[in-house]
Amino acid sequence: MTIAVQCRDLRKTYDGKVEAVRGLSLEIQTGECFGLLGPNGAGKTTTIEILEGLLQPTSGEVSILGHTWRENKRELRELLGISLQETRLSEKLSVRETIELFASFYREPRSSDEVLEQLQLTEKADAWVGKLSGGQRQRLAVATALVCNPKILFLDEPTTGLDPQSRRQLWDIIRAFQRDGGTVLLTTHYMDEAERLCDRLAIIDHGQIIAEGSPGSLINRLGGHHVVEFAVSGNSDGAALEAWRSLPSVESVREDDGMLALHVKEPHLTIPALLAAVAMRGRELQHLSTRQASLEDVFVQLTGRHLREE
Amino acid sequence: MSVAQETPAASVKSPRSQAARRNGRWAGYTHLLMARMRELKREPEVVFWVFVFPLLLALGLGIAFRNKPGEAASVAIVAGAGAPETKAMLEGSPHHATFKIDVQNEATAQKGFRLGKYDLVIAPDGRGGFQYRYDPARTESVLARAEVDDALQAAAGRKDAVATTAVTSSAPGSRYIDFLIPGLLGMNLMNSGMWGIGFALVDMRQRKLLKRFVATPMRRGDFLLALLSSRLVLMIIEIALLLSLGIFVFHMRVLGSLFSIVLLGAAGAVTFGGLGLLTASRAQKIESVSGLMNLVMMPMWIFSGVFFSYERFPTMLQPFVKILPLTALNDALRASILEGTPLTHQWPRLLVMLLWGGISFALALRWFRWT
Ligand SMILES: Nc1ncnc2c1ncn2[C@@H]1O[C@H](COP(=O)(O)OP(=O)(O)OP(=O)(O)O)[C@@H](O)[C@H]1O
Ligand SMILES: [Mg+2]
Repeated sequence: MTIAVQCRDLRKTYDGKVEAVRGLSLEIQTGECFGLLGPNGAGKTTTIEILEGLLQPTSGEVSILGHTWRENKRELRELLGISLQETRLSEKLSVRETIELFASFYREPRSSDEVLEQLQLTEKADAWVGKLSGGQRQRLAVATALVCNPKILFLDEPTTGLDPQSRRQLWDIIRAFQRDGGTVLLTTHYMDEAERLCDRLAIIDHGQIIAEGSPGSLINRLGGHHVVEFAVSGNSDGAALEAWRSLPSVESVREDDGMLALHVKEPHLTIPALLAAVAMRGRELQHLSTRQASLEDVFVQLTGRHLREE
Repeated sequence: MSVAQETPAASVKSPRSQAARRNGRWAGYTHLLMARMRELKREPEVVFWVFVFPLLLALGLGIAFRNKPGEAASVAIVAGAGAPETKAMLEGSPHHATFKIDVQNEATAQKGFRLGKYDLVIAPDGRGGFQYRYDPARTESVLARAEVDDALQAAAGRKDAVATTAVTSSAPGSRYIDFLIPGLLGMNLMNSGMWGIGFALVDMRQRKLLKRFVATPMRRGDFLLALLSSRLVLMIIEIALLLSLGIFVFHMRVLGSLFSIVLLGAAGAVTFGGLGLLTASRAQKIESVSGLMNLVMMPMWIFSGVFFSYERFPTMLQPFVKILPLTALNDALRASILEGTPLTHQWPRLLVMLLWGGISFALALRWFRWT
């Protein structure tokens, strides 16, 4: 496999004071769907725009398909499809006119009809952009990126603010692009998106990668694949936490919003022991649930914070 | 055969296999220009401000300041001894001026004079003489005094020492509307050039559309060229509309060639396009560019002789007035339209515009921010 995108020790300081990216290195293989996952202000947009050649890094190296931005700007642009986090396309142009406009910038674009069909916008081809729904607009933004038949697709938060159905539609489009041999780099702050769509991902916080790997391997690193969450009456303290930690099959414990969360390998061993321990201390169980561990748990374990503060 | 017929269906599934089309060198420019023209056409405000508003302005001002026959001076005679005789003298004078004459008591006459109802107050002194009360700062007042004096002196028997005759003239070419239309044309080219380029650019920058464009292989020069070209197209329509209004409604005579007028229009559009580009080269927000734009245009609205001649400003200010690009454009348009002066005789004005436009462009390209 060849390397599609590579960067080494990327740093970006805005106005000499805001350190948005601090020493970030990545390698994305051809044909891979790579995700940058992180909370607001983590530096995702800054990173992806440096890779897209739209921002000058303060220091660090970038190479796209083996070329640097300095040596081969125009040729590289022919090969990349880009959708920015917030572009407002001209409202008074129709969907088809917008796609045709973007197509006209490339040497050998795809036919607009084909792109319209692929993005399920054929019905809306003659509607003004101003009259589109959020999901349709987002698909149009991706259409303007796909019209050049790109080798690499850069998507900055493609599904933020969309309803579940629109998100799934976009996921299908991204997967289809990848199936045809395309490479994808996307940013998101949705765990489920990263988990389902990405082959590999990097979790970014404060401008640094704090974990990297496939979604499965990142979750594996938690130890337990299951999370048992419960609440008991009475106060808990450090000693109590240690006690829960020593229950069978428990890998780690954390307290989260008055709730205790155990990362567990085999819940059928843990739960009976947990019930017994609660009863033995004369406490009362107020809540008990189990679920699959997610990337959210990975993030919380790494940073002590949630990815999205809702 | 059936295999061959299935092939198209299969190729739909895999879009990559379809033959790609090839774009020529100017595809981007053409599409950018088309997109810009479409957007303008679909924006009712643009159509109003660029095309309809200047026409309304010309129409309104043209009607308000249409040439009226000079109004008869209005004078008051202070009632008392000699008043009826004075009135009779004025009305019967061999000097054929017409006056509106009222005989009023002192207080009413003074009040009417103060309010501008009377241009002159005549107070007979009862011994055959008169006292004029007039305001030297009021043109009508000065005129009324001269005419009344002539009429009274003639009625009293004074003879003209030299025989004179007068011919009146209000031919097209010397009326206010003739002065106004080229000025409005110049102002309109400035307004729409500055707004059309500056506003559009900042709006696109604010919407991150400029950034999106430079993320494609689009040639940046083509983008700016397309924006400027759209201005040139609009310029031709603006000129056609305003000149037609002048010709068909106000019977204006256009002496210069249409070609030279369009060429001047193009020079103006490019000059103010350059200024617009410079004003908008870094601004991130519409609000900030609006203020800047008004700041740039304000002196020209006032000093460049759009509505009245800049000769009225003190001599000291004249060099400053003359180097403004709108002054150069207005002067050149007036010379071309009203006097038929060929462009070859107008090179200082063209040079002023060229310098403004050229320097603005050069600076704008240096400072311009796409993101
Ligand atoms: N142009 C700028 N000037 C100064 N600071 C900036 C600029 N752009 C971003 N920043 C700062 O850099 C940091 C990283 O911003 P960035 O946009 O890369 O985050 P992000 O991960 O994309 O966030 P989000 O999920 O909200 O899009 C933030 O603290 C932000 O305030
Ligand atoms: Mg972002």
